[in-house]
Amino acid sequence: MNRNSNTYIFIFSIIMVIVVGAILSFVAISLKPMQTKNVEIEKKRNILSALQIKNTVENAEDLFDKYITEMIAVNTNGEIIPDVDVFELDLKKELYKEHEDIKLPVFIGKLDNGELKYIIPLSGKGLWGPIWGYIALNEDMTTVFGATFSHKSETPGLGAEIETDWYQQKFSEKKIFDENGDFVSIKVVKGGAPPDNIHGVDAISGGTITSNGLEDMLFDCLKLYEPYLNNK
Amino acid sequence: MFSRKNLKLLTDPINKNNPITIQVLGICSALAVTVKLKPAFVMALSVVFVMAMSNVIISLLRKTIPNRIRIIVQLVVIAALVIIVDEILKAYVFDISKQLTVFVGLIITNCIIMGRLEAFALANKPWPSLLDGIGNAAGYGAILIIVAFFRELFGSGTIWNVQVIPDSFYELGYVNNGMFILPPMALIVVGVIIWVQRAKNPELQEEN
Repeated sequence: MNRNSNTYIFIFSIIMVIVVGAILSFVAISLKPMQTKNVEIEKKRNILSALQIKNTVENAEDLFDKYITEMIAVNTNGEIIPDVDVFELDLKKELYKEHEDIKLPVFIGKLDNGELKYIIPLSGKGLWGPIWGYIALNEDMTTVFGATFSHKSETPGLGAEIETDWYQQKFSEKKIFDENGDFVSIKVVKGGAPPDNIHGVDAISGGTITSNGLEDMLFDCLKLYEPYLNNK
Repeated sequence: MFSRKNLKLLTDPINKNNPITIQVLGICSALAVTVKLKPAFVMALSVVFVMAMSNVIISLLRKTIPNRIRIIVQLVVIAALVIIVDEILKAYVFDISKQLTVFVGLIITNCIIMGRLEAFALANKPWPSLLDGIGNAAGYGAILIIVAFFRELFGSGTIWNVQVIPDSFYELGYVNNGMFILPPMALIVVGVIIWVQRAKNPELQEEN
């Protein structure tokens, strides 16, 4: 057959598209369960990291069952909504809903020494794509016990540093309410936050937009939880 | 199998016909993924896989591909392989796939791959094409790793995420060079590599 005839080109393209489409769907479908599982384990690992519990891919599920004693969903008035599959709630999708329809997940963890910690998910925008994380609060609902952040595509070595331990450690012991009980969140401070600033952490040099995105994310998400945190 | 001619296909692109330093292809991704060694390394491995496979596939199909749509066919093959690599990374090595994020998808736009399909695989048998693919990807990967080594060392003071510059240096006033984290420094490092390579191989120098 003439390789340059239109018929041949059409037949070739059709076969190519069908074959490649079939291969890709097969790969996607057969790997899907493992990918979903990975995402689930990743979520559990993030929550555990906010609780400052060392975990690995293997033991994350056991540790999660052990330390996370309760999962609740609250609305923006701070009232608890019953009968919600809290683990499956996706904060990012909830943020797009009408204010009164938003369901906010809260994970309650109990440490070995009996202290309760309240873990709140965060979701926001970085420079190139979404950033997200979890922040664990002490029972006073203002002191940060631990925080963990992840990102989709921030610049390695710059914005991507929000994912590193040394940066996340800086959030411990910071407070999200001031002495009068007003919500102030945690700010990132360019040029570095002085150690006595209980509402500020260092911004990342070269990662200004990611740092600002992190600050906005903390403010916007925690703001929604404010009624719940105040009620406690 | 491994005749002199075939071996040359494998070794030439690593030095005397290097896709980055001699042909000046694939520079864009060499700038993007070389801030740290680890992503550069996984990127190099993924490119070896995609380049070797696509070279073989195109070479097998070379007698059936209609000339007028050959570029589209090449793109489809590369894109399909890249998606497969991405899916496999997500399923089996989730941690690394998180670090590479968008870079895996960017392999599709790597001009070296299409350059080799166009220049070599379309006209040669599968076995030499496989060697040519591996050789060129290795040549690309080698430069990536060298550049990433220097950028991570001077930019972050680490190698493979392990701190190598002792704390005492920092106490004496040493600071990491922030320039190395930014893409322009990768270009300068590549430039230095080209300089060194040409100085060592006089036959590469053009006559004026």
